[in-house]
Amino acid sequence: MLWTRKHLLTIEELSAEEITLVLDTAASFKEVSSRTIKKVPALRGKTVASLFLEPSTRTRISFELAAKRLSADTIGITAQASSITKGETLKDTALNLEAMHVDFVILRHSAAGSPRFLADRLNCSILNAGDGAHEHPTQALLDVFTIREKLGRVAGLNVLILGDILFSRVARSNIWALVKLGANVTLCGPSTLVPPIFRELGVKVTTNFDAALREADVINLLRIQHERQRKTLFPSIGEYTRMFGLNQDRFRLTKPGVLIMHPGPINRGVEIASEVADSPRSVILEQVTNGLAVRMAALFLLNGVQSPAASTPAS
Amino acid sequence: MTTILNSEAMLRALSRMAHEIVERNTPVEGLALVGLQTRGVFLARRLEQKIREIVGREIPCGSLDISMYRDDLNRRSSPPKVKNTDIGFGLDEKTVVIVDDVLFTGRSTRAAMDALNDFGRPLKIQLAVLVDRGHRELPIRADYVGKNVPTSFKERIHVRMKEEDGVDEVTIEKLPNEK
Repeated sequence: MLWTRKHLLTIEELSAEEITLVLDTAASFKEVSSRTIKKVPALRGKTVASLFLEPSTRTRISFELAAKRLSADTIGITAQASSITKGETLKDTALNLEAMHVDFVILRHSAAGSPRFLADRLNCSILNAGDGAHEHPTQALLDVFTIREKLGRVAGLNVLILGDILFSRVARSNIWALVKLGANVTLCGPSTLVPPIFRELGVKVTTNFDAALREADVINLLRIQHERQRKTLFPSIGEYTRMFGLNQDRFRLTKPGVLIMHPGPINRGVEIASEVADSPRSVILEQVTNGLAVRMAALFLLNGVQSPAASTPAS
Repeated sequence: MTTILNSEAMLRALSRMAHEIVERNTPVEGLALVGLQTRGVFLARRLEQKIREIVGREIPCGSLDISMYRDDLNRRSSPPKVKNTDIGFGLDEKTVVIVDDVLFTGRSTRAAMDALNDFGRPLKIQLAVLVDRGHRELPIRADYVGKNVPTSFKERIHVRMKEEDGVDEVTIEKLPNEK
């Protein structure tokens, strides 16, 4: 199959074949970062702007490194250090970037749908690096990449996503990707944060935490998104940890080969005990390594449909 | 569709190429093979096997995908499919033989040489191809050739190999008049 998309906005709109193509491509790009010279000329002469209007460490650095390892020139813009503090709108900021002939804009924004908004108005390629509680496509891609690499497949596996589902873009993108690739997804957490309406996406919602832990081949832990919760949806962090924290006692219930995943940043002693985060079953840092490969693959694929020739059929 | 090489002819061509590689590069201590994805990788493995039979020792053999080094990434209608690169040995001071199925414009070879430079500084780079069909666009020539096949731009060469296609053969196809 051929890649034909100019933007990476959501996992929802991707087919299983498209997801698999990104994963296959990422597998090839992973090797580049293990070389002495960690750079290939694939995006030479291209300019990548990362416009991060919400805080981020991993994703921003990962995207910028990915672009640099493909030989693109990169600029990073954060809300604090830009004219957005002077009242400039997202659209105007992006149009100014395009006026400087930027080829890719990587956007993180608190508003769901903002990457689509830019894609409809700009000529450059837009990559969604997280839009509100909507989607975080590259996180889901790196998560399924890690599962496939570690367990050899995604289809048929029991994946438990645990914690703050309601406010999590990581959860939504993961659900789309996992369901499309044939995994059995179960959601669990405080009932205020795991609404039963998620069943409509083809997943199981359970309150039987111990049973879900026993069945899981993969456990993906999510952070409590304090910044998105406008009212208190559970009594206290202490109670969340007691009820849903992955501590050593609960860890003992899991399958021997279980994968422990977390998109980061982890809150040690809250959703995950240090002993679990640092255990051999934890692939949290491998997720970070794989994130770089997945983002290189995404930039490479999007770049491949930017040429003027892309609008005409192959000769 | 005309057959240029059947499976016996391919076998003989590879045997001869293996002997030529050994002849040019004895002692073989510094010799290494790198096949270009996809069929160059299979050809490199077969050449390695034959060289091993001749000299009685293993020759380092790797695979290289040149997609990231292509000069037409901004001219294509869709991105190329990227396959694995696996060069599990250092290239410094080695004589590296690039192995490819068809030599045509020479642009793949140029991309492969650029890629190899990122893995080290080989003492020499040589080129082995199963078919040289002419029409070079760059100053590149092969050191070892299975078969020279003069072609026109209206023809297409198909290399099929057991590992990927279930059969060993090289055929030439006349394309309908459009260009």
